Amino acid sequence: MTLKFDIDACTGCMLCIKVCNFDAIEKDGDKVKFDLHKCVLCGSCEEVCKDDAIKIERKPIDKSKLADYKDVWVFCETVGDRLRSVALELVTKGRELAIDLGEEVVAVIIGQDIEKHAQTLIQHGADKVLVVDGKIFADYTTDAYTIAMTSLIAPRKPSVVLFGATGNGRDLAPRVAARMGLGLTADCTGLSIDDERQLIQTRPAFGGNIMAEIYTATTRPQMATVRPNVFKPGEPDTSRTGDVEKVDIEVSPLQVRTRVLEKVSEMVDGMISVEEADIVVCSGRGIKDPANLALPKELASLLDAAVGGSRPIVDLGWLPPAQQVGQSGRTVCPKLYFALGISGQIQHISGMSSSDFIVAINKDPEAPIFSVSDFGIVGDIFTVLPELISEIKKVLDAR
Amino acid sequence: MKIVVPVKQVPEVSEVRMNEETGTLIRDGVPSILNPFDELAVEAAIQLKEAHGGEVTVITMGPPQAKDVLLKALAMGADNAVHLTDIGFSGADTLATAFTLSEYIRKMEFDLIICGKQAIDGDTAQVGPEIAEFLSIPQICYVRKIEISEDGKHVTAHRETDEGYEVVKAKLPVLLTATKGLNEPRLPNIMGIMKAKKKPFEEVTVEILGTDPDLLGLAGSPTQVRKVFPPEKKEGGIVIDGDDPAAAVKQLVEFLTKKGAF
Ligand SMILES: Cc1cc2nc3c(=O)[nH]c(=O)nc-3n(C[C@H](O)[C@H](O)[C@H](O)COP(=O)(O)OP(=O)(O)OC[C@H]3O[C@@H](n4cnc5c(N)ncnc54)[C@H](O)[C@@H]3O)c2cc1C
Ligand SMILES: Nc1ncnc2c1ncn2[C@@H]1O[C@H](COP(=O)(O)O)[C@@H](O)[C@H]1O
Repeated sequence: MTLKFDIDACTGCMLCIKVCNFDAIEKDGDKVKFDLHKCVLCGSCEEVCKDDAIKIERKPIDKSKLADYKDVWVFCETVGDRLRSVALELVTKGRELAIDLGEEVVAVIIGQDIEKHAQTLIQHGADKVLVVDGKIFADYTTDAYTIAMTSLIAPRKPSVVLFGATGNGRDLAPRVAARMGLGLTADCTGLSIDDERQLIQTRPAFGGNIMAEIYTATTRPQMATVRPNVFKPGEPDTSRTGDVEKVDIEVSPLQVRTRVLEKVSEMVDGMISVEEADIVVCSGRGIKDPANLALPKELASLLDAAVGGSRPIVDLGWLPPAQQVGQSGRTVCPKLYFALGISGQIQHISGMSSSDFIVAINKDPEAPIFSVSDFGIVGDIFTVLPELISEIKKVLDAR
Repeated sequence: MKIVVPVKQVPEVSEVRMNEETGTLIRDGVPSILNPFDELAVEAAIQLKEAHGGEVTVITMGPPQAKDVLLKALAMGADNAVHLTDIGFSGADTLATAFTLSEYIRKMEFDLIICGKQAIDGDTAQVGPEIAEFLSIPQICYVRKIEISEDGKHVTAHRETDEGYEVVKAKLPVLLTATKGLNEPRLPNIMGIMKAKKKPFEEVTVEILGTDPDLLGLAGSPTQVRKVFPPEKKEGGIVIDGDDPAAAVKQLVEFLTKKGAF
C-alpha cells in the first residue's frame, strides 16, 4: 500500500490538511506535502481531494506482519441513551476469544455523551474502552463513523474487530472493510480461535440450509458482524477495572455526505425490538384480524417480550416492518420464541430457527413449523392462548 | 439520470435441500432466479427513469448462465446490460466482488447506483456498501422510498432502521440498497421479453476489464471458506394435542419452567 501524490494536479485547496487525523499533511508553499511516516493510509485525504491528486494504492498486508496485530475489538453501538444489548454480548464473547489469544478486549464507543457506558463495558469484560465523543457523532452516519473506526484501527492494529449485525453495524462494517482492503464475514453465529490463532467465523448460508466456517488467512484485522442474541451477555463484575481513553477524532461536516433530516420511530406501545428481546411472541396469518393481536400483545407484555409478525401480517400493515421475522425481515435468536398461527415456510424459519426454545401453536398438525419447534400444540390459538396467558400469570404471581 | 443496478443470480433457497448422507447441498433441479431484493432495485430504477428520463444499466458478475437475470431485467425495462464473466472472476468474496464491479462502474457515467439490500444465497448485505466505498460515493442502505429533487441533484430516501426509519438526504451520485416495501416489481410482458434480446449487451472478461488479476476472484479475496457443514439437527420436539387447551397449556408451562425458558 502506498500513497501517490500528484503535485501537478494539486490546486492548493488545503482541504486535505483539515481532514487528516494523523498530522501527516502540511502546507508547503501553495501546495501540500506528506509525512509518510505519520500517514496510516486511512484515505480521508483521498476522499476530500477534488483534484484527484491523492491516490492510495491498497495491497493486501504481508503475512509476516500479522504478528503486529493484537487485541480483540468490539464496536459497541448505542441507541438513544442506551447501549444496544449486542454490545455486551460481544464484549462477553470477545473476552473468551481474548483469553484464547492471550490478548486484551478493547470496546469502542462512538457518539455524543457516551462515556457513561464505559464502566458497564469494563464490568462485562473490556480491558480498555476507547471513547470517541463529539457532536458530529450524535446521529449515526456512515461517513463520520467510518472515519472514526478506520482512524482508530489503522495505527492501533487490532487482530479482531467485531460489530453487531444490526442495521447500522451492517452499514458500517463493509464500508470500513473496503476502505482498509479487509475481509469481512457477515452475520456470524459462532466464533472461535483455532490452533494457528486464526479467528474461525461460523455463519449460516442458503437460508440456513448449511453452515460455513470462514477465516481470513492473510489480512488483519479479521472482521465480522455477529447476530444479536447468539451469545449471551455475562453477569457484570463490579470489581473489574480497566482503562478509559478518550480519543479526539476531527471530522468536518464536509466529510459527512448524508444528512439525517428526520428520525421516525415505528415502535408502538413500548414495543421492543424483535432482535434484542429475550422472548419473542410472533403471530402469523392464523391471527385472522388485527384486533386479535390483543392476545399475543397481552402475552408479550406479561413476559417483557417483543411482538413479532410473519410477512403477511406486516404486509397487511398490522405490525410495523421492524417487527417482521424472517428472511426479508429480521433474524432473531431469542431464548424463547412463540410461533402463533404461523405455518413455518423456509423464509420464516430461516429468520428464527436458531432460537433456544421454540413453541408452536397451529391447528394444522402437518404445519412445517412443528419440524423446528421444541414444543408444539396442535390446536386453535383462540382457545389455547387465553389459557396460556392465565397459566403464565399464575406462575409469575407465584414467583 | 443514469442509473446502474448491480444484480445477482441466486438459487431459489426455499427449494435447496440437504443431502443428509453427504452433508452437501442438493442444487440439482433448484431454479435460479433474479435475487428478489435486486428485483426491487431494478423496478425502482425503471420507475425513476420513467419519471425523470435517463438510462438504466444492469450489471452482474457471474457465470455464463447468469445472463438470464440480465435478460429478465432488460425485459422489465432496463436499457443496457453488462455481464462480467470469466473464470478469473470466480471464487470472489464480497470484497473482490465489489471491487470487480466498481472497476467497471468507475469507467461509466452514473448518478445513482441501486443494489438489493442483500443477496438471499449469502444474506451478507456487504457488496453494496463496498462498491460505494471503492467508488468514494456516499451510501444510503435499506431504503423503502426514493425521491429525487426537482433540480435532479439530490436524493432523499427513507432508510429503514432497527426502530423505524430515518429520512436521509444526499447529493448525487449516491449508492442505495433496496429493501422490502420500496415497490412491487413488475412482471416482464411478452413485448418486453422480445425487445430484451435486441438491447445492448456487453460481455466483459478479465482482459477487457484490464485490472490486475491478483485483485480479482479468489486471488483478490481475503476471506476463505474453510468448511461447510449441515446445521445441527434439532432433536425431535414434543408435539401434543390441544383439544383440551387447559391440559395442553399446563404441560407446556411445566416444560418451559423446567427448561428455565422464562
Ligand atoms: C422472497 C421471499 C421472502 C420472504 N420473507 C419472509 C419473511 O421475512 N418472513 C416471513 O414470515 N415470511 C416471508 N416470506 C413468506 C413465506 O414464504 C410465507 O408465505 C409466510 O411466512 C407465511 O406466513 P404465515 O405462516 O403467517 O401464513 P400462512 O402460511 O397462511 O400460515 C398460517 C398458519 O396459521 C394456521 N392457523 C390458521 N388459523 C389458526 C388458528 N385459529 N389457530 C391456530 N393456527 C391457525 C394455519 O394452519 C397455517 O399453518 C417470504 C417469501 C418470499 C418469496
Ligand atoms: N456477483 C454480483 N454481481 C452483481 N451484483 C451483485 C453481485 N453480488 C452482489 N451484488 C449486489 O449486491 C447486493 C448485496 O449482495 P450481498 O452482499 O451478496 O448480500 C445484491 O443485492 C446485488 O445488488
